[in-house]
Amino acid sequence: MMSFDDLAGLANKICPMHVIIGPDGTIYSHGPTLNKLRGAQEWTGQPFFDIFDLQRPRWVKTVGDLMETAGSKLHFQLRQEPHTRMKGVLVPLPDGQGAFVNLSFGISVLDAVRDFNLTSQDFSPTDLTIEMLYLVEAKSAAMEASRQLNLRLQGAKIAAEEQAFTDTLTGLKNRRAMDHVLNRLINGGRDFALMHIDLDFFKQVNDRLGHAAGDAVLQQVAAIMVDCTRKADTVARVGGDEFVVIIEGLMDPNRLNDLAYRLIARLEEPIQFGAEECRISASAGTVLSTSMAEPDAAQLLHQADVALYAAKRAGRAQHMFYTPQMEAEALAPDSKSA
Amino acid sequence: MHGLINRAVQAFVINTYGEKRWNDIMDASGLGFTEFEAMLVYPEDQSARMLSATEASLERPLAEILEDVGTFLVSNPQLEALRRLLRFGGVNYVEFLHSLDDLPDRTRLAVSDLRLPGLELIEQAPGQFELLCQPGVPGYAQVMMGVLRAMADDYGALVILEQTESQDGVEVISITLVETEFAEGRAFDLGAHSL
Repeated sequence: MMSFDDLAGLANKICPMHVIIGPDGTIYSHGPTLNKLRGAQEWTGQPFFDIFDLQRPRWVKTVGDLMETAGSKLHFQLRQEPHTRMKGVLVPLPDGQGAFVNLSFGISVLDAVRDFNLTSQDFSPTDLTIEMLYLVEAKSAAMEASRQLNLRLQGAKIAAEEQAFTDTLTGLKNRRAMDHVLNRLINGGRDFALMHIDLDFFKQVNDRLGHAAGDAVLQQVAAIMVDCTRKADTVARVGGDEFVVIIEGLMDPNRLNDLAYRLIARLEEPIQFGAEECRISASAGTVLSTSMAEPDAAQLLHQADVALYAAKRAGRAQHMFYTPQMEAEALAPDSKSA
Repeated sequence: MHGLINRAVQAFVINTYGEKRWNDIMDASGLGFTEFEAMLVYPEDQSARMLSATEASLERPLAEILEDVGTFLVSNPQLEALRRLLRFGGVNYVEFLHSLDDLPDRTRLAVSDLRLPGLELIEQAPGQFELLCQPGVPGYAQVMMGVLRAMADDYGALVILEQTESQDGVEVISITLVETEFAEGRAFDLGAHSL
């Protein structure tokens, strides 16, 4: 028959976190790793429940109850600081001599290793704790590297979006792209017409039917503009409901006027949004690059803008070419009645 | 080659020779970028071009550079995580050597697409070992030489390392352990790492 001391000696090697308790529930001996947990406190001879607070199962109140738990999972918490949580399992010793309790840190092992300064010698060679600690660190390091990569990719995505030439809602070119095209044409000494188009009654659609309807209208407007222009022309959305069309090589005012009114007529056709019908119109102002000896992008855009507001003042759904006289009218108090 | 390997070389060059040298090397290799990403995988020829540009720029034999890369990986404070992972291998240098058999598997647990060639430790006599490095990653044995040397310092062991002739592409490092506790070594706390 094996003595308590023989059992303790054997258990110290293979389960260094065990506790052997006598029939009255006092601690007879415990494994060497628990020395680091007890610190200066002496555990041997102390009641088991004075050291370990059994948290589950809750029905266990007495030493007799504890013996009944044989084989099932027990949850403990150290009564002393830092109240480390542990898992355990109890096996009664033969002939009512007490019980053998094996303990483990469970998921709290990361804190326990730090709190009690544990080393690999504190764990049995077959215990997977060291491998688990290795994995936690390895995965944390790999995760950190991936997180850094994600941050850099996110930064690159934002930078790419800023450099993008496309308006994401309509698929038209954006203001950046329009500036680019404008400068390319001017630097290349090419002739072109610049038409600034502003939607009428768009705000009412947004207010009445919401932004989803507004977005659907803008997408339909974009499709119409692309449809009414040639492939080589540039159609850009430069503001909420403002568009610029750059028509290269077409300088005939009559044909440009036809194009503008054809566009306005198409835009006035009702646009269906669900059960609702959206009605808008548009005003347009055009300037020719040939009207300036040395075309300047900012100046051309300004003149197209002035012509557009003259068209608006003339009662909407109009198209006008820029004339210098409009500048004075644009300064009149009732201007910009969009 | 895996980005982690390329990035190790990059970190070594930048730390030892400065950022400008690295940019020159990457210009010379003509890959069109200057930074390797740790978590991406790069075609073999890109790594090869970077390595030969490094060799030309540093004017040192590649084998020597790679051994320094291995030492750098273990001893540089910025790469403490890697040293810690290696120290999990064992409580002393001999245990660490034996854990090298598992190194490729352990690596794969951490980063599943990083495949390192096999390592096999043969104990010929007490204190006398041979480490067989399987082929697959050019310069693997040289980097391992540097790692073994730096880890010996880390454990405070005194060792003599020698790379002997390769057989069928298998490179052999012979390790003579003169003294296990030659110096103090560096401390290793299981839980010292803040996560």
